[in-house]
Amino acid sequence: MGLLTNLRDSISRVTDGLFAADDPKRIGIYGPPNAGKTTLANRIARDWTGDAVGPESHIPHETRRARRKENVEIERNGRTVTIDIVDTPGVTTKVDYKEFLDHDMEKEDAVRRSREATEGVAEAMHWLREDVDGVIYVLDATNDPFTQVNTMLIGIIESQDLPALILANKTDLPEADVQQIANAFPQHETIPLSALEGDNMDEVYTKIAEYFG
Amino acid sequence: MPGPTPNVDGDDTPPRDSPPGDTPPGDAADDGSDDGVRIDMISGARMEGLTSMEKIRLILDGVRDGNIVILEEGLSPDEESKLIEVTMTEISPDDFTGIEIETYPKAETSDQSFLDKLMGRKSAQKLTVIGPANRIETLHKDENLISTLVSRK
Ligand SMILES: Nc1nc2c(ncn2[C@@H]2O[C@H](COP(=O)(O)OP(=O)(O)OP(=O)(O)O)[C@@H](O)[C@H]2O)c(=O)[nH]1
Ligand SMILES: [Mg+2]
Repeated sequence: MGLLTNLRDSISRVTDGLFAADDPKRIGIYGPPNAGKTTLANRIARDWTGDAVGPESHIPHETRRARRKENVEIERNGRTVTIDIVDTPGVTTKVDYKEFLDHDMEKEDAVRRSREATEGVAEAMHWLREDVDGVIYVLDATNDPFTQVNTMLIGIIESQDLPALILANKTDLPEADVQQIANAFPQHETIPLSALEGDNMDEVYTKIAEYFG
Repeated sequence: MPGPTPNVDGDDTPPRDSPPGDTPPGDAADDGSDDGVRIDMISGARMEGLTSMEKIRLILDGVRDGNIVILEEGLSPDEESKLIEVTMTEISPDDFTGIEIETYPKAETSDQSFLDKLMGRKSAQKLTVIGPANRIETLHKDENLISTLVSRK
């Protein structure tokens, strides 16, 4: 039962310290694979702490273990908001290692990547039920937002009454359609940004302070 | 090409006590052919007495057998979250690649749809269709396509 042990270990690793002193809010960065979650987490961490959270990649499921950046202090309007950022693996209902073979990967590596990805998604789902105080939901604005995974995840987040900010990422790309995301989730505020280029980060930080402060 | 074989659970079917991994429930209407697609219809009444994990087991046992599972009444958000989590722990190379899931909100399924007719009742709450990822190209919002989009083994 290696998986369960791993799961338990990594959950306690993450929960250790989460309840320390001032209890900064734990903000989970969720969304489908490849949306730009890690790129955003790295930008936030670099802007406010000076170092990064983890590697970014065009190959889906680059993030396979949730990574945390603690005590990120964001200053807005003379006020400081302290949060823990948790970058999570992209959520999906299926993983086929064969898809990684297209990215020039050996079978062994592809199988390992898919196994790690499934463990990571399971963990991320578990935390969403137990261990986060707010969610930043990142979507690639060049993709159709009307997917079952997005609908389910937003439904899960809403059912837990978690504050949630929807980010329409990759606005630097000409095919980006922010309005379509706003239409898909009219009950939430949608903020456009390019995590890669750093466009509109001011508004993102203002909203983070407003929602999670 | 045999069409999908509906396998409608009566409301009076008691939940089975058999352990997970055993034959999935309601196989009385097994289509008896190798390339036929079987559909497990699970009524709201049947789901009612089950715990979240029993529901998820029922669904995943059906899906892992290659069936399309149709829930008359969908899952709660909490159960959907657990379904994703358990699905992830069961994925294994060359065996199980996960699930496709699609829900059909009440508005779209009102006035005697094809599924309602199969279920023999008026419009259901939130139909949820779940199938094995490797056998379903796409589950479209058009319910009439469910029967045609199932890929052949
Ligand atoms: N053009 C553009 N590309 C972006 C932007 N943000 C991220 N990307 C690219 O999108 C790809 C995926 O980015 P990641 O940050 O690794 O995505 P992720 O959501 O963490 O992906 P997983 O960890 O696999 O779920 C990378 O190639 C990034 O460079 C953006 O704002 N604009
Ligand atoms: Mg990532």
